[in-house]
Amino acid sequence: MYEAIIGLEVHVELKTRSKIFCASTTEFGGEPNTHVCPVCLGLPGVLPVVNKEVVDYAIRVALALNCDIARFCKFDRKNYYYPDLPKNYQISQYDLPLAKNGYLEIETANGSKRVGITRIHMEEDAGKLVHQGNITTTPYSLVDYNRTGVPLLEIVSEPDLRSPEEARAYLEKLRTIIQYTGVSDCKMEEGSLRCDANVSVRPVGSDALGTKTEIKNMNSFRALYRALAYEIDRQIAVLAEGGRVVQETRAWDEDRGVTVSMRSKEEAHDYRYFPDPDLVPLVIDEAWIERVRATLPELPDARRKRYIEDFGLSRYDATVLTSSKELGDYFEACIAAYPHPKTVANWVMGELARLLNAHNMDITASPVTPDQLASLLRLIDDGTISGKIAKTVFEDMFATRKDPATIVREKGLVQITDVDALSAVVDEVINANPKSVQDYKAGKEKALGFLVGQVMKATRGKANPALVNKLLKERLD
Amino acid sequence: MQLCDLPAHELAKLLRNRKVSAEEICRSVLQRIDEVEKKTKAFITVDGEKALEQARRVDKKLKNGANLPPLAGMPVAIKDNICTKGLRTTCASKILANFVPPYNATVVEKLAAAEAVIIGKTNMDEFAMGSSTENSGFFPTRNPWDYSRVPGGSSGGSAAAVAAGESIYALGSDTGGSIRQPAAFCGVVGMKPTYGAVSRYGLVAFASSLDQIGPLTKDVTDCALVLNVIAGHDPRDSTSVPGERPDYTQFLKEDIRGLRIGIPREYLAEGLDSGVREVLEKACAVLKEAGAEVAETSLPHSAYALPTYYLIAPAEASSNLARYDGVRYGYRAEDVKDVLDMFKKTRSRGFGAEVKRRIMLGTYALSAGYYDAYYLKALQVRTLIKRDFDTAFTKFDVLLSPTSPTPAFLLGEKIDDPLKMYLSDIFTLAINLAGLPAVSVPGGFVDGLPVGVQFIGKPFAEGTLLHVAYAFEKRTEYTSRRPGLGR
Repeated sequence: MYEAIIGLEVHVELKTRSKIFCASTTEFGGEPNTHVCPVCLGLPGVLPVVNKEVVDYAIRVALALNCDIARFCKFDRKNYYYPDLPKNYQISQYDLPLAKNGYLEIETANGSKRVGITRIHMEEDAGKLVHQGNITTTPYSLVDYNRTGVPLLEIVSEPDLRSPEEARAYLEKLRTIIQYTGVSDCKMEEGSLRCDANVSVRPVGSDALGTKTEIKNMNSFRALYRALAYEIDRQIAVLAEGGRVVQETRAWDEDRGVTVSMRSKEEAHDYRYFPDPDLVPLVIDEAWIERVRATLPELPDARRKRYIEDFGLSRYDATVLTSSKELGDYFEACIAAYPHPKTVANWVMGELARLLNAHNMDITASPVTPDQLASLLRLIDDGTISGKIAKTVFEDMFATRKDPATIVREKGLVQITDVDALSAVVDEVINANPKSVQDYKAGKEKALGFLVGQVMKATRGKANPALVNKLLKERLD
Repeated sequence: MQLCDLPAHELAKLLRNRKVSAEEICRSVLQRIDEVEKKTKAFITVDGEKALEQARRVDKKLKNGANLPPLAGMPVAIKDNICTKGLRTTCASKILANFVPPYNATVVEKLAAAEAVIIGKTNMDEFAMGSSTENSGFFPTRNPWDYSRVPGGSSGGSAAAVAAGESIYALGSDTGGSIRQPAAFCGVVGMKPTYGAVSRYGLVAFASSLDQIGPLTKDVTDCALVLNVIAGHDPRDSTSVPGERPDYTQFLKEDIRGLRIGIPREYLAEGLDSGVREVLEKACAVLKEAGAEVAETSLPHSAYALPTYYLIAPAEASSNLARYDGVRYGYRAEDVKDVLDMFKKTRSRGFGAEVKRRIMLGTYALSAGYYDAYYLKALQVRTLIKRDFDTAFTKFDVLLSPTSPTPAFLLGEKIDDPLKMYLSDIFTLAINLAGLPAVSVPGGFVDGLPVGVQFIGKPFAEGTLLHVAYAFEKRTEYTSRRPGLGR
């Protein structure tokens, strides 16, 4: 029996207005090489100046992840040659990072688990190579420096993760927390959230760490999960056959579903880190930290606790509803207008989530506003429509953005609560279904449900179900 | 004496009194360039048309009664590692032979605001690495006092241009003596300001923690005037020190009675030319005569300055010069297999021997397993060297030393022996390591060659340096001598 030891290195792009060391915009996309200036292009003679907003954002994340924030940190140069790196060194932080010793909590099958965060540091992003066709056959490559100098946070976890599930839960929780802090979109598909993993395996019960490999090129949560599952199996197979795991960097091949060797330990770069003499050390005092702390919103764990304690929601519902800040905000806007948290939770996690998923939409793009959803729920409460009709109305609201009252009026969906009108239908149904009537009288309770259904069908769902039930029973009992 | 032989403050007076026009001053300089540039080779780029245009603009403003800054209309030559928008900036390297910056260095913007007339860009040792300007990737510059000799370096072009009247003043950069040593060799005044006094934005980096831009001028008064223009905090340079800078001309006073001057005994040790030693001794006598207290002092860690410097400066340079890879600007090798091959060929062919030597030294010093023994150790020794100066400055207001151990040497004399060449900066390197200001002023002559003496000050004590240098100049008048230029 083997167990896996996993640590993640996550890069997050910060959405400050300007880049980390110059005034160029950080906007995603744009014509190649238009979001640049002499500084981020690394022209001869230019100098970097730290964007204080980047430090603010980094402190925000460090606080949200329960880290110790360094009162004194510095920037270092990481030297390596690559055409997307204009200076052929990256300004990063080496031995004195911004923050250390944090943690976050994830939910696992065995309850919640604390995952340590080793360090968080700030650095600049590189540009992008645009190959003319395939990377191996391209006659030349173009470089787009728009992304060069966009601020990044590198967040390194402790090797506390024991399975691909935990790794995914960690990354999801990290994304949620960072999204709450508002410093990044954390979109894996746009590269604003990137993840590398260090993986090793060892016999269960052993304290020694096995030889690890570093896995790169995982561009989605699914890829992370699959790559780790594959790599763990591969390492176990190597050991089971009496072999040794080689320390190396491996790339996840999404199409083939395998990890492949990129470079060995011997081929690893010597980055020749040294303090960047163009920048002065960063001194962060208590006042600065407190100023940033004051800008932090309620974080997901605290919010979940409040949903459970104040709203009486289940742990599961509270977890889902707080999984993104926007979803939680939507939920709270609904209950501000309609103060029945459990009912709202059911609708948000049920009908709304179903339609959003079906249309591949995000909660922020929901065509139904919180006020509209609240209005719909009030229409059920006051008996204007049945819960069943409400689902139809909701689909219309989602498709047309119209208010529920408008849809109910236009489509004539007001619930029939008139005893006389319903009695006629009930009598018709009893006459048309003697067999079921007999069954019910013989003690088959289920037959009543069939008869109710027939009445609902005849009224195209508009009959008040409780009233139909009552009228049927009056006649049959 | 032509107009171009006068210092800026005298020309400015003539200009203000309408005795001459800025255009006449500019033409005098351009004519001198025509006459002697073939011999001095001080410039990489001269832009006479543009200079005349700027001069005429100044004349027009004066005619309209504008109140112009003190150095308005004065021709200036700029070392070719300081970026000038639209004007080629090569660092005397083949790798940047055709680089035209799209932006101005902060000091160039300040010169423009001061209505300066930019004559051209001066020759230098490639990327400021050298002490003779023989390491230029294009051609060596020659000393106007003796064309068979070097002008010093790396700001040799700037020093030679000012000495020969090919410019009224110049800007240079000093990483280990690159303003002061050529100033000494060419008989002009050269100051390296305190680290952080002048913005480095737009100065092509050699060793970022040591580089500083400074003036090369015909006399001390001009030095103060130019410093007034270029000094100041710059938000674009994180290492630039905040706060106002004083008006440096207020320090130009002759009375130095009671000023405490220390002579570091380590700077009088072996390798010091006997003629240079005599110049220093005479300088001491002059200063004592003027009422200064002159005494010997000690900088115990002086012997470590050179090895410390040759770890720190190349380490930073190896990283600073990594960007010259042929991808974005400058020279690119074309006959290449792939991108790695392009990097290698571009850099192998684009850089000269000394630059490559220092890149290798620096890369080695920063390598895994060597960092602690070399780079980190060098940083620690640097702290000790700084402390030496701190201690000396508890007893002295300024320190005095020769600028360089010898007068200007012959072309080719040291070019094949890097260590010998490095020793030429033995008295200047430590000042950069300590981040202090220092000024070299003409202190006398040995066999017809100028010799400089160096005053070293506390951080931001440029005023004290100008004070003592001015007092010395007034009592010696070596700054009024001009080379014969072989005419």
